[in-house]
Amino acid sequence: MNTVPDIYRILPEVILTLTGVLVMLLDATIPLIWPRRPLGWVAAFGTVAALWTSLWQLSLPMGTGYYNTIETSPFTVFFHVLICGIVLVSLLLSLDTLPENSHHQGEYYALIVFGAVGMCLLTGAVELLLVFIALEISSIATYILACYRKETPRGPEAAIKYFLLGSFATSFLLYGVALLFGATGTTQIYEIAAKVATAPNHLLVVAALGLMLVGILFKVSAAPFQVWTPDVYEGSPSPVVALMSTAPKAAAFALLLRVVHEIFPSLHALWAPLLWVVAVLSMTVGNLAALRQKNVKRMLAYSSIAHAGYLLTAFAGLGTSGITAASFYIAAYAAMNVGVFAVVTLVGGYEDKRVMIDDFRGLIYRSPLLGGLLIFFLVSLVGIPFTGGFFGKFYAFSTAVGGGAIWLAIIGLLNSGVAAGYYLRLLLVAAQKPEDDSRIAVPQVGVAVGAGLLLAVAATLVLGIAPNDVLRAAEAGAHTLQAPQTCPSPMGNILQP
Amino acid sequence: MTALNQSILTLILLVPLAGAILVALLPDRGKLPNWVALLTSLATFGLTLHLPAHFNYGLSGFQFEINRLWIPSPAIYYRVGVDSLSLWLVVLAGLLAPIGVIASWNAIQARRKVFYSLFLVQQTAMLGVFISLDLMVYYGFWELSLVPMAILIAMYGRKDGPKAALKFFLFTFIPSAPLLAAILWLYAKTGSFDLSMLQIYVASGVLPAGALCWVALAFLIAFAVKVPVFPLHGWLADTFNEAPVALAMVVAGKLGLYSMLRFHIGLFPEQAKAMAPLLVALAVIGLLYGACLALVQKDFWRLMAFAALSHLSLITLGIYGWTLVGREGAIYQILNHGVIDGALFLLLGALEIRYATTQIDAYGGLAARLPRLATFFVFASLAMIGLPMLNNFVGEFLILSSTFTGVSKGWAIAATFAVILGAAYMLWLVQRIFYGSESRLAGSTSAVDLHFGELAVVAPLAVLMLAMGLAPSLWLPAIEKAVHPAIRIFDAHPQGATHLFLSGEAQR
Repeated sequence: MNTVPDIYRILPEVILTLTGVLVMLLDATIPLIWPRRPLGWVAAFGTVAALWTSLWQLSLPMGTGYYNTIETSPFTVFFHVLICGIVLVSLLLSLDTLPENSHHQGEYYALIVFGAVGMCLLTGAVELLLVFIALEISSIATYILACYRKETPRGPEAAIKYFLLGSFATSFLLYGVALLFGATGTTQIYEIAAKVATAPNHLLVVAALGLMLVGILFKVSAAPFQVWTPDVYEGSPSPVVALMSTAPKAAAFALLLRVVHEIFPSLHALWAPLLWVVAVLSMTVGNLAALRQKNVKRMLAYSSIAHAGYLLTAFAGLGTSGITAASFYIAAYAAMNVGVFAVVTLVGGYEDKRVMIDDFRGLIYRSPLLGGLLIFFLVSLVGIPFTGGFFGKFYAFSTAVGGGAIWLAIIGLLNSGVAAGYYLRLLLVAAQKPEDDSRIAVPQVGVAVGAGLLLAVAATLVLGIAPNDVLRAAEAGAHTLQAPQTCPSPMGNILQP
Repeated sequence: MTALNQSILTLILLVPLAGAILVALLPDRGKLPNWVALLTSLATFGLTLHLPAHFNYGLSGFQFEINRLWIPSPAIYYRVGVDSLSLWLVVLAGLLAPIGVIASWNAIQARRKVFYSLFLVQQTAMLGVFISLDLMVYYGFWELSLVPMAILIAMYGRKDGPKAALKFFLFTFIPSAPLLAAILWLYAKTGSFDLSMLQIYVASGVLPAGALCWVALAFLIAFAVKVPVFPLHGWLADTFNEAPVALAMVVAGKLGLYSMLRFHIGLFPEQAKAMAPLLVALAVIGLLYGACLALVQKDFWRLMAFAALSHLSLITLGIYGWTLVGREGAIYQILNHGVIDGALFLLLGALEIRYATTQIDAYGGLAARLPRLATFFVFASLAMIGLPMLNNFVGEFLILSSTFTGVSKGWAIAATFAVILGAAYMLWLVQRIFYGSESRLAGSTSAVDLHFGELAVVAPLAVLMLAMGLAPSLWLPAIEKAVHPAIRIFDAHPQGATHLFLSGEAQR
């Protein structure tokens, strides 16, 4: 009944993997004195190809491949496109901002692409062991990227912190998977979903849910698992932060959606209040801490914690509307956050020389283009209408209100009022007249990074003015997640005990 | 003509927006941005004049209406239209835009491109607020109006722009969070953001009354901050002090007062009526408080800020006094306030450009040197005080007399006292700036009198003040139409309401 060749189901991942391998091989074979920058273009073209293939997957009949381990559906395509888009913009940003003489540029581009393989796989996997492997692929790539500036003291610190805490959190997820296997006798998500409500040992299932949530919430940097975020963001190169503050989070949120809506819908009464608390904590902790930051990267790190909180409010929504709102929010958040980090990268430079708030004074006078873009992305982060940030918040909060969590929405809205405080502070500093004109000149915006910024601006505007198409795509994805899944051939599961 | 009638409101929104984009794209060379902005704002003003010319005064309800689906889920419609309440406000907003450009002509020397393009965005947002009839679209424009304002205050502040901008933004942004929550709650309960639909739902009584009180309160607070109503005026003085003249003209009053009439009283008449006594009290306190503080200010922008608080409180009194005549006076007074403040701000801005100070003490005896400026300033001040035959007199008289007969004699007496205080601080301001012995500043600086551009704006405004004072009948009948349904809606027949409600239900 499944006539689609299995390979079609993982074609984007295959393309990305081949691109990564190609970049690595080229890096090893071309003479040392040759510039490494073209490798970045190779990676970017590979990513575009993967993005295009993901869209092509929409024409396939929905279903699974490779013994029910990997799924293609509107849901997976939505996240594939999103992740490939983020990776593309990050690559374009890196192309213009990595210093020409920096070491291991080939590895850098290859790692970004390999990370993308993991993230894409994570959104498509319907087999918990594959989920774990995908999570590890994406995490290990990001750990290494965090350490890319290893000559600075902050770089290795960030990487070690990220690595130790990240591995610790992943072990929670793995432990949860093990318990779930113990409770239901399988690791295939559809089969677990069918058995979880009637599992003989209910306590085991509850424990599994808790452990898996800890692992995933760490990855999305939701409070109280957020402590690593500011240090890691501060120590990592800014183009990498643009990537890791959005793409792995998008993948992890896709996993969270799958876990709570596909595996544990029967435990809604348990996880919904839990996520309610986590949402409130994340928003409040993130925003209050961000208010006191002087370093823009740290401020944006706390802001990303707060955004994880806003996003979690969408989980209070019922059925498809909640999933749709969450998916839409991830897209909107990704567009504006990548954009704002792109501007921070350009202003601050690869070495992070100018990342204090005061360094942005008079940006709009020194470079109207960058100043205008910074203001635009900040306005979207505040959540002003006609930008993606507004509709993201709007859908998240309105689905929460629809789900009866009116207080969550009110807390969220008040939190976005607090958040306006620190975004505005940066925005107004950028709009202020500089005290002296002898400030260091702002770098020119190159072709690659210009294209990346254009993509981010266009995405933010489209999501804010004409969100229909994206919304429909997210909705289609939500339907596939909600539809009762039937396993075509239970014996196909390789891990059948 | 009919084709134009159908798209006129969209054009009114698009022209300033297109102007903003054009200014942003053109090079920042010389006065080029000024000219583009001036032409755009004049074109917009011309378009807004189309509305009263083709408005059917015999009909109640919305005209020039456009209703198109924008986003299917949640159902947001691009629904715009004007009725007799918003008709003249749209024209006023259109009128103030070229005045703002002229007022900024020489005042803004650096980064003209940024200034004028943001100014035109602000203009779009303001017009959008006046014509949107879908709560989400309205909220969008409402929020959008904050951003350019905050940025421009930060960029062009006199001393501490960013601080004033932050204060302004947070003061107005935080209350709009409960406003959005309230709008979302209404949508969750009714499935509609449409103003008319929501009016029917609220009137039909299907929504829980307790929650509606909170929803109405959330609406009220958001608007009251924007007006501002005492004690929510904390942002006003700093904003007036720091904002460029063109923006100080439009920042207070109109948007908040209009929103109160349309979305607080218009949507929740019962809940608003329950809150009315409190607002009347706050309005009278604000009237007296603003007038007293205006008396002791040393800086003329701060004086104008407290004068504005006082005058806007009078309008609030007219609105929430809940009498027909009072509300009519209040709407008329919104227009008067816009015209008079426009003229006074332009003239004070002209003084500031010429003498580079805003301290009242530094001035004195300017009348002999700047006769034209002095004449127009005295004229506008007299209009502001409420001299008979000038426009404010009509509005103030309607509000005060209706308060006396329809609300409470005590409040009316207190309010009248505050109006007298208003005469005191304005005349004293005139005396200190233009008369008395010539100050060192006035003697040492050679300043030229009003130039042609300024005259071309102030003179028509002065004529308008006179016309609105002598012939209020040109405006009042239309306004009367706006007041009637607003007052009457809450004794709408429950059966009629249910009927409409059911037919509305059948449509979806």
